Amino acid sequence: MAGPQVQLVVTCLVDAMTPQVGRATVSALERSGCRVSFPEGQTCCGQPAMNTGHTEQAREMAAHMLDVLDATTGPVVVPSGSCAEMMIHHYPRLFEGTEREDQARRVAARVRELTQFLVDDVGTHIRASSDGARIVYHYSCHGLRGLGLDRTADRLLYGVERLPLDGDRECCGFGGLFSIEMPPVSAAIMDAKLDRIEASEAEMLVGGDVSCLLHLQGGLRRRGSPVAVKHIAELLGDGE
Amino acid sequence: MSQPVGFLGRAAAIVGSEEGAAVDRGARQFTLSRSLALAELPIADDLRKRARAIRLRSLANLDRLLSRFTDEATAAGCRVHFAGDADEANRIVAGLLAGSTLVAKSKSMVSEEIGLNSHLESLGIDVVETDLGEYITQLAGDTPSHIIAPVLHMTRQQVGRLFADKLGVEYTDDPIRLNRHTRETLRGVFLAADAGISGVNMAIADTGSLVLVTNEGNGRLVTSAPKVHIALLGMERIVGSWDEAGVILETLARSATGQRLSVYTTVITGPRRPQDPDGPDEVHVVIIDNGRSDVLAGETAEILACIRCGACLNVCPVFRTVGGHGYGTVYSGPVGAVLTPGLMGPDPWWDLPYASTLCGACEEVCPVGIRIPTMLLHLREQAASEGRLPGWLNRGMRLYTRAAVEPARWARLRRTARRLSAPFSVRGWIRRLPGPARGWTASRDLPRPAKTSFAEWWREHRGA
Repeated sequence: MAGPQVQLVVTCLVDAMTPQVGRATVSALERSGCRVSFPEGQTCCGQPAMNTGHTEQAREMAAHMLDVLDATTGPVVVPSGSCAEMMIHHYPRLFEGTEREDQARRVAARVRELTQFLVDDVGTHIRASSDGARIVYHYSCHGLRGLGLDRTADRLLYGVERLPLDGDRECCGFGGLFSIEMPPVSAAIMDAKLDRIEASEAEMLVGGDVSCLLHLQGGLRRRGSPVAVKHIAELLGDGE
Repeated sequence: MSQPVGFLGRAAAIVGSEEGAAVDRGARQFTLSRSLALAELPIADDLRKRARAIRLRSLANLDRLLSRFTDEATAAGCRVHFAGDADEANRIVAGLLAGSTLVAKSKSMVSEEIGLNSHLESLGIDVVETDLGEYITQLAGDTPSHIIAPVLHMTRQQVGRLFADKLGVEYTDDPIRLNRHTRETLRGVFLAADAGISGVNMAIADTGSLVLVTNEGNGRLVTSAPKVHIALLGMERIVGSWDEAGVILETLARSATGQRLSVYTTVITGPRRPQDPDGPDEVHVVIIDNGRSDVLAGETAEILACIRCGACLNVCPVFRTVGGHGYGTVYSGPVGAVLTPGLMGPDPWWDLPYASTLCGACEEVCPVGIRIPTMLLHLREQAASEGRLPGWLNRGMRLYTRAAVEPARWARLRRTARRLSAPFSVRGWIRRLPGPARGWTASRDLPRPAKTSFAEWWREHRGA
């Protein structure tokens, strides 16, 4: 029997910066028996604008995404806890009391973060593989506190050699445009995180949000650290 | 942000310093103690729900509670004063202290908020802080860096040097000996003071009582040894009943220091009665608004539910990095980023709501579940709409938004970004960018945008 038909939202960062994560997401979904569609016209969920206080522009972007997604059916799967949380929790809030409120609620109810969807909705049989690398996992904040993604990530990572990471529930200091607006503060928080990652003796850092991972990867690279950085989708599917 | 001082300027001076490291150590210790203290409760989340309901109910009925409190406290023999703003509060206190020369003070954040010490000192009144942390702060000519631990930013070696320098005692970094010096100095102050000034952790409307939560015993001495006790009460720090107060006390110390209860929980209902062996002849309660009514009427009213435990400071990655001094004001950390612009207005405090990664740890630990990140977003919206953000950010966001709502333009924007990145890239990585983006590359590399976007790949390989 064919698995569920899903609508993939790859996020703006994956689309432009790490398309291999998008391809790995498709592969992970297909290996789990899903059929994947990619709604044309998708762009950005609008979170950057919401977080800087440009709420009206966030609404414009959100409205565009709502129109794109409302023309489709089935679960909307996002390989990012942060963007998924934006769509699930903030879309209904941003349009509260407007004529788009119903639409926002309708679409929000369909949105799932990737690991959440694979574990809770599909009950996937696939498990992550790091090709023998010892990993540490960073729980990104929005997915962790907003969606409870520690449980689903842990489930998928069962079987991978995973080392403890001190402070793995603490913010990495990225914070979206915070990383550009408050560089020394963001960098200091990041450095503390990188110290712990390096002290763990892991060979690979894995997470569920490309945004935080780009920040940490950029910092590790600047240090000359050999630690590899991967999105969890890349441990679940083939992104080549 | 773009202005030279402000949060970023203050923070940059602290990041990576001894002060930053001391704050991080202290804040983590508090966080650990809090987790352990809450873990022993069967249903900590239930306590949180009850505490939240109580505080929100208090705010919803604030007029009625304050009026009831005033009646009951007056009936118990207190005199209750209302102060609309900081100046009025300072005038009232100064009026009550006419003729006084020495005042013993226990910890009060609202007194810091209104600048009481400097006002009284300008009138020739000696004010001595008797909370150990506040005493050190005063000795150092510093300001508190944490709402419950004023010298979180100092090491005990620094305190030892300060004592040697200011008190002329032999250097030691042994906390017990440092404490003994403090006690020897302060005993005399308690006995000689004309009046004691304290804050209030919570007022109880039903009985007109004041509750003080302290650990050092100084609060009890300040409120009982001198003949006059003046209590400063932030207008919102009130609950209706003792049942409600019990719930708040159950969570306050656990959330703040990880204690089940603080060492002293002092209840004051009126001045000394004829049969009492000691106690003040006069108790004055100064209820201070100072912007609280405005906050209560606005979108961030819920911040007034705060019980000042400091848990949100201790878990905040930004606070842990810069400490309270980065915020430049008495209320720091996540709660301060909301409360300060609310009480004191957006000038120059509008940038504090941006001093957050929006990680949500504050809301997660708040014993009354205040939705701090949502309020930070609201205050950011206000700052942006008032045109306070730098031009590059506004222009960039406009450009980005226009592209994001028009897919063809979106694809062009991505290709343009890829093209523009070429001269900065070496083997797919960027080490230095000009303009505002240098904030990123100051400490991190950036991968060059991909040659083929995911959307392009999909169209080529999977498209219909």
